[in-house]
Amino acid sequence: MTAEARIEVCQLTMAYGDRVIQHDLSFTVNRGDIFVIMGGSGCGKSTLLRHMIGLNEPARGDVLYDGQSFWAAEPAEREKMMRRFGVLYQSGALWSSMTLAENVALSLGEYTNLSTVQIDELVSLKLSLVGLAGFEEFYPSEISGGMRKRAGLARAMALDPDILFFDEPSAGLDPISSDLLDELILELRTSLGATVVIVTHELASIFAIANNSVFLDAETKTMIARGDPKELLEHPPEPKVREFLTRGQSKKELKHG
Amino acid sequence: MGSSGALSFEHPTGETLLIHLSGLWKLSAELPAVTDAQKQIAANPSIRKLAFDARDITDWDSSLLTFLTKLIAESERRGIETDRAGLPEGVSRLLALAAAVPERKDTGRAGGRPSVLARLGGAALATANEAGDMLAFFGEAFVAFLKLLTGRARYRRSDFLLVLQEVGAQALPIVTLISFLVGVILAYVGALQLRQFGAQAYVADLVGIAMTREMGAMMAAIIMAGRTGAAFAAQLGTMQVNEEIDALTTLGISSMEFLVLPRMVALALMMPLLCVYADLLGILGGALVGTSMLHLGGAEYYVRTSAAVGLDDFAAGLIKASVFGVLVAVAGCLRGMQCGRSSAAVGAATTAAVVTGIVLIIVSDALMTVIFAQVGL
Repeated sequence: MTAEARIEVCQLTMAYGDRVIQHDLSFTVNRGDIFVIMGGSGCGKSTLLRHMIGLNEPARGDVLYDGQSFWAAEPAEREKMMRRFGVLYQSGALWSSMTLAENVALSLGEYTNLSTVQIDELVSLKLSLVGLAGFEEFYPSEISGGMRKRAGLARAMALDPDILFFDEPSAGLDPISSDLLDELILELRTSLGATVVIVTHELASIFAIANNSVFLDAETKTMIARGDPKELLEHPPEPKVREFLTRGQSKKELKHG
Repeated sequence: MGSSGALSFEHPTGETLLIHLSGLWKLSAELPAVTDAQKQIAANPSIRKLAFDARDITDWDSSLLTFLTKLIAESERRGIETDRAGLPEGVSRLLALAAAVPERKDTGRAGGRPSVLARLGGAALATANEAGDMLAFFGEAFVAFLKLLTGRARYRRSDFLLVLQEVGAQALPIVTLISFLVGVILAYVGALQLRQFGAQAYVADLVGIAMTREMGAMMAAIIMAGRTGAAFAAQLGTMQVNEEIDALTTLGISSMEFLVLPRMVALALMMPLLCVYADLLGILGGALVGTSMLHLGGAEYYVRTSAAVGLDDFAAGLIKASVFGVLVAVAGCLRGMQCGRSSAAVGAATTAAVVTGIVLIIVSDALMTVIFAQVGL
C-alpha cells in the first residue's frame, strides 16, 4: 500500500500568549492511518488537536489537508474543509438542549437537501451503528457517560466525514467500554475508509489500534518521536518514549535491578 | 512533653549540631519555632553538619515535615549538609519525595505583587480590551441580524420559540408582582406629599406618567437582567465548558447566529410587550392606593390618568424597553460566550452578566432621557 499524505503538519508552533506549548511540530498522517497523538498529561496533545480542527490559530506554521493550506485559506474555504471532519470531543459535547436525534440531525439539516424522512432514517442508522438504536428521543443528560461518547461519535459521523478526530475517547470509560469503543473505531476506519486522528495516553488503545503516531514531550516542548507505536516500543529513539510506552517499567527495572 | 513537641541542641563535635527532637509533633500540639533552630545555626558559624535524634518523638504528622523542610532549606542555603539518618524512616522518605521534583520556575507566573502602577496599567488595558470585545460583539451581532433580515441566518425555529416563551409568558408572574407594587409605592409616596396641598387627585398623573415613561420599562428590564440575562450567561457558559460551542464551530455553524441571535431577537420582541404590561399593572397598583387611601373614585382615577398620559409617554417607554431588551440580551450572551472553562467561570459569567446588564440599562436610560428631553418626546 503506497502511503498517500492526507494531513501534513508543517513547522507548527502553538502558544497561549507568550507561553509556547509546543514548537516546530512536523509530521504526516497518511490516508487510512489511525494516528495517535501521545505524550504525558499537559504536554499539549488536545491543544494540537484544536489547532488541527481550526479552533486555535497556530502561532507559526500550517496544517495542510491534501496539500491544501488550512490556515492560509479564506474563512469560507476553511469552513468547507472543516465540514469533512468529524470531531468527538472529550466529554462528548452533545448539545444538551437537543435530543440525540436532533444532535445527529443538525448538520444533516444544515448541509444537505434531504427530506425530514430521509434525515430521520440516516439518524437512526448512525445511532444504531454506535449501538444506540431506540435512544433517539433521549436527552444527553438522560444517558450514561459511555453512551454520550458513542452518541458524540454518531454525531461526528453524520456527514460521512473522511477524517475523524477523537479527543481522549476512552477517558472516563471502564476498560470494557473503552475496548468496545476501540473496536468501533477500527471497524469504522475499515468500512468507511476514513483517516483517524486520536489524542490519547491509553497504552492499551495505542497498541491495539494505532499504526502511526507522534510523541509530544512537555519538557523540550516539541515532538521527540514519530512512527508506528509498536516499532517505537521495540526501537525507542529516546528513553522517555520507552518509559511512556512501558508504563515506566524500564525506570523501575533500573532502580530495582 | 505530653501534648507538645520540644527541641534541644547538642554539639558532639565542633562542626556538628545535633538536634534532639522529642514529644508530640502534631498540628494540634504546641511546637517550637523553626527560628529557634535557625538561631542556633546562626550563632555557631563553624557548624558544617546537621544531625538529628528523633528517638523520643512519640508521634508526628505534617507539622514535623514543614519544620524540617524549612530547616533543611535554610541550612542548604548556608552550605551546611544534613544527615537524615536520625529521623524516623517515614519522615526521611517523605522529605525525599517532596524534594524529588524541583519547584517549577518557568510556569509563566511572575512571583510577587506587581507595583501599583503596573496594576493600574493592567486594569486600564483590561478595560480597553473589554470595551473592544463588547464593540466587536455588537458588530458581530448586528451582522448576524442583517443575515436574519435577508433570511440567511442559520438557527432553529424551535429554539427561538422556546426562548420566546421563556422570556415572555414565563416572566409574567414576577413582572406582575413587581410592577404592581412599584405602582403602589409611587402612589403612596406621591400621596403623602400631594395631600399637604390638597392635590391628591394628581397622584393619578404622577403614577401614570412615571410608570409609562420610566418605571415600567426600567423595572421590566431589571427583572429581565436578573432573570433572563443571568440564564443566558449560564446556558452559554455551560455550553462553553462542555465544548458544545466548539462542536458548533467545527461544524461550521456560527454560534452567533445559532445561539445569540434567537435570544437577542426574542428579548427585543418581548421587552416592549412586558413593558406595556408592567405599565398597566403599575397604574392598577396606583389606582388601588388612590381609591382606598385617597378616596378617589375609580372612574375619576381613570379619567385623570388617561388625560395625563399621552401617546408620546408610551412611545418613550416602549423605545426604552426595546433598547433595554437588546442590551440585556447582549450582556447575557457576551458574558456567556466569554466564559472560561470551569464551573467557577460560569458563576462569574452569570454575575458579570447581571452587573453589565444593569449598568447598561441605567446608563442608556440616562442618555435616552436627556435625548428625549432635547427632541421634546
